[in-house]
Amino acid sequence: MAELSYREAVARGIAQEMRRDPMLVMLGEDIAGAGGVFKTTVGLLDEFGPSRIRDTPISEQAILGAAMGAAMTGVPVIAEIMFSDFIAVCFDILANEMAKSRYMTGGQMTVPVVVRTHNGGGSRFGAQHSQSVENWCMMIPGLKVVAPSNPADVVGLMAAAIRDPDPVVFFEHKSLLATKGEVPEGELFQALGEAKVVREGSDCTIVALALMVPRAIEAAERLADDGVSAEVIDLRSLVPLDTKTIMSSVEKTGRLYTVEENPRLCGWGAEIASLVGEEAFWNLDGPVIRISTPHIPLPSAENLEDLTIPSVDRIYETIKRSMD
Amino acid sequence: MSTKPFNDSAADDPTLLDYATRPVRPPVALDPAMDEADIPSDVRMELYERQQVLRQFEKRAYDLFMQNLVKGTSHLSLGMEAVSAGFGQAMQPDDYVFATYRGHAHTLSKGAPLGPVMAELLGRENGILQGKGGSMHLTSVEHNMMGSYAIIGAHLCIANGTAWSAQIRGTDQVTVAFFGDGATNIGAFHEALNFAVIWNLPIVFVCENNLYMEYTPSDLITAVEHPAADRASAYGLERIIVDGNDADAVYLSAQTALTKARRGAGPSLIEAVTYRHGGHSRADPGKYRPADEVEAWLDHDPIPIYHQRLLRLGVPEGDLATIQQSVAGRIDEATEFAKAGLPPDPALAMTDLWADGGSAWRN
Repeated sequence: MAELSYREAVARGIAQEMRRDPMLVMLGEDIAGAGGVFKTTVGLLDEFGPSRIRDTPISEQAILGAAMGAAMTGVPVIAEIMFSDFIAVCFDILANEMAKSRYMTGGQMTVPVVVRTHNGGGSRFGAQHSQSVENWCMMIPGLKVVAPSNPADVVGLMAAAIRDPDPVVFFEHKSLLATKGEVPEGELFQALGEAKVVREGSDCTIVALALMVPRAIEAAERLADDGVSAEVIDLRSLVPLDTKTIMSSVEKTGRLYTVEENPRLCGWGAEIASLVGEEAFWNLDGPVIRISTPHIPLPSAENLEDLTIPSVDRIYETIKRSMD
Repeated sequence: MSTKPFNDSAADDPTLLDYATRPVRPPVALDPAMDEADIPSDVRMELYERQQVLRQFEKRAYDLFMQNLVKGTSHLSLGMEAVSAGFGQAMQPDDYVFATYRGHAHTLSKGAPLGPVMAELLGRENGILQGKGGSMHLTSVEHNMMGSYAIIGAHLCIANGTAWSAQIRGTDQVTVAFFGDGATNIGAFHEALNFAVIWNLPIVFVCENNLYMEYTPSDLITAVEHPAADRASAYGLERIIVDGNDADAVYLSAQTALTKARRGAGPSLIEAVTYRHGGHSRADPGKYRPADEVEAWLDHDPIPIYHQRLLRLGVPEGDLATIQQSVAGRIDEATEFAKAGLPPDPALAMTDLWADGGSAWRN
């Protein structure tokens, strides 16, 4: 067991799979010579060489297009989109092309691409470099969506995403990159679609993703001091969605909170609230409550950004108030 | 000071499109040297047959619209057959092809079977995409026909990927990506060209310049006269323009570009100037085109051009008639195959989203 940072875990996960599959290649802006602007690909060029780790121009459509084309012909590809906001620039390739090609060709086409991207706020970068856009991808049939919250999951889920025969969008959270955690030795693999109960509790369920997971855990610890026993679920992937873990937790606790970094409207918590409303309504002892970023572009000033993204305080206070 | 905020006079403002006077955009004169081109006679007979197949298929597709058997939309290549025939003839079976929503001809020319392609237009389960893709998405992975793409320009970026893959796997496969003149004004076109050049990819970009971006004359809305060829120098590529209605000219140009790519000398950009006999799509009668322009291009129809050339080269009229009749029989068979197909099983709506064959997104 070694302690790794989240950003080191990204490189370790990629390296694990590149050793395992000699055909696997990666491309993106500044990923090779510079080791990534977030240093998530440090060391990969040295180990795997410039024909497997390739720098590209600032051409996001060309990056995802090349990834898709190579993948269609049996070469699995990891493509990095530097900031998840830039997915908007190449959303056509993601949403109209790679997501649909198996379905609309009657199953002829297979596109094993992982689109890695740096997601989320907390860096004071302003509205075009800070968004949480996991819900943009969740709504597209044909895309799998993964967002790990800790280094061990980064490695295991990276392996599963890369080995998946379908396109996967892999969100690495910018504000988690420097965080550390224990990562077991050896080859790791964590199947997609398995949420994890990261803290057991009996009074309410908090469903969270990525950066919101450690915040939900901290809020749950404070709630415990007030006598509220909160269960925290780390979703880990939005598609596939582990509804069983959510439903069985709600059956036990009777209360559900979602903690989302994406803006409110059509955020992933809405889908979970709707599912629980439809299928577990009689298990609920109160309304499902969504704690999310408001429906605004993210402001850049420190105090404003902290005000808008769900904080430990806001999670704690919202739950405390509504559980009383 | 004017009381009117906009001045609508095209005479005063050359950036305003002049819809009143539509200049005729005639074809170039046929190159007489093509009669002497060094193309074996059996290749020429195949080029003739390919063009017959594409012409008769598209005519039948049109008839089937009229009978309301083809739903949705469809974009025919009538008048543009020489481009797909010439490239189809020059390509190796394992080369990759990418087409646009106007992709029937390219799909067939790469070897996809007539019946299942026709059945796809009719939305039948025996269609090449099981009725799930339709006219605009014809694909035959088995023939390395890697899809027809209905978002302008996107496939040029994707085509780079199969070329990259051939490089990685060390094969000599070349990728050919067809696109229209309208695609040259979208960002993906420029991203794709730069990318292909910097990675020295084995790819040939083929602009089928049919002079109209949907309903608007391309030259009125493009900064240069030749939408693809005049951009080539920006990417360090040769300026190549070919008569897209002369299958021999296309074939020779294709051979040169394919050979260059196959020996590792990188991408080419070819502009094949051509014309569609009909409108942009099923919904469009093409009335915006001057009558004398249409007439001039109908006189420059690839099929009679090639027919006459073969006669000049001594091929008996009877041999050509035999090919026409044999193709007609195949088109009839394909039509019967398509009509005999059933609408897709409703269960197919929920299949093949994922590799496991299903569409489940939750447990």
